[in-house]
Amino acid sequence: MENIKAIIEALVLVSEVPLALEKICAVLTEVEKAQVKDALDKLIAEYEERQSGICLQEVAGGYQFRTRAELSNWVKKLKGSKPASLSPASLETLAIVAYRQPIVKAEIESIRGVDVSAPLRGLLDKKLVRIVGRKDVPGKPIIYGTTRKFLEVFNLKDLSELPTLRELKELNQSQENIEDIPSS
Amino acid sequence: MNEEQTLDYAIKLDIFEGPLDLLLYLIKKHEIDIYNIPIALITEQYLHYLNMIKSLNLDLAGDYLVMASTLIHIKSKMLLPVPEEPSDEESEDDPRFELIKQLLEYQTFKEAAADLGKRPLLERDVFVRLAPMPAEIGKSDTEEEELIEVSIFELIEAFHHLVSRIDKKELLEIDLEKMSITDIINDVMERLTREKNLTFDELIGEKRGRRNVIYTFLAILELIKLKMIKAYQTSAFGVIRVFPAVE
Repeated sequence: MENIKAIIEALVLVSEVPLALEKICAVLTEVEKAQVKDALDKLIAEYEERQSGICLQEVAGGYQFRTRAELSNWVKKLKGSKPASLSPASLETLAIVAYRQPIVKAEIESIRGVDVSAPLRGLLDKKLVRIVGRKDVPGKPIIYGTTRKFLEVFNLKDLSELPTLRELKELNQSQENIEDIPSS
Repeated sequence: MNEEQTLDYAIKLDIFEGPLDLLLYLIKKHEIDIYNIPIALITEQYLHYLNMIKSLNLDLAGDYLVMASTLIHIKSKMLLPVPEEPSDEESEDDPRFELIKQLLEYQTFKEAAADLGKRPLLERDVFVRLAPMPAEIGKSDTEEEELIEVSIFELIEAFHHLVSRIDKKELLEIDLEKMSITDIINDVMERLTREKNLTFDELIGEKRGRRNVIYTFLAILELIKLKMIKAYQTSAFGVIRVFPAVE
């Protein structure tokens, strides 16, 4: 099968959400997973090479065609809509949830030093943050985490792709004794 | 004139995301080493800003006041003579330690937030082909469906949707029938064991009257809480299907 790349290209195009490698493999049953991955990498490189307006990207655990970031002004002109942007408060709250999840509201507030009800509500509405469960401590506070949509919106393969926090290592060391957040 | 002034300050206040942010700003402004904060200077500066804020926006001042008292507390602690015995962990004894730690942590996340904001964001910098909402919900009875668990918000949304569909006139009728959630729970369970699974609409849709709908909805929530039934959805905005949890 020499046209694996073409097949994969077609599959990614018709997928409404980032297409997982496993899903591609489920279609291309007689092709090795490593081969599919190889073909995907080649496709990504090809789009990159010819400076296409579209790039194939790995986001939220799958592959998706996206427009090139430098062309945003043109696309926006066509769409004519202003994207809803996140306020600094929302971004800070989101960053804390993303790096510290699973996390409860009080922990976010102790880092930001202010009430986070409003930004948290907004993030829930935007489906960037979700309720993961309840912490087993008095009051059963709600535990928050990020969603798959968060990965999609922020162009991340997975959470491990989040840039490492500066200065956080030394902080964590001194913090381990003070806090213990049991993973749910 | 007065109004204009208030507006001016309101905009200025927006710059700070909270007391920690204000402190970081002051530290940067005075080119202070964050690990060695001159508490007297920073407290004075902080209180100066606070006075400005306090007269204008009491709501905001609440969080800021706590920090002010913390600063003053640290300042007074530092004035006390230090016991002579040498300690191994110098930083732990420094009354500023907790504050510095908090500031560093906040700064880290403030930077992380800025970094996140600089990423190529979907619908701002990068775009995808807009996928149409799945219209073919009806033919969703294939066995290979991937089920996703429904969140409480989606259940509530579905409920709103149903309530809004009920004939308005019906709401005027006085319901004399006595109902209990227990009855409805039994009814729902009975139907589910008989039918194996039912959609949310099927469970509630045929009920007459708002009270009945609400009771059924409560019964479903209660059953989910008791883990006696499970609700699944095949896609966002898809049909919510309810299953008995165990046979």
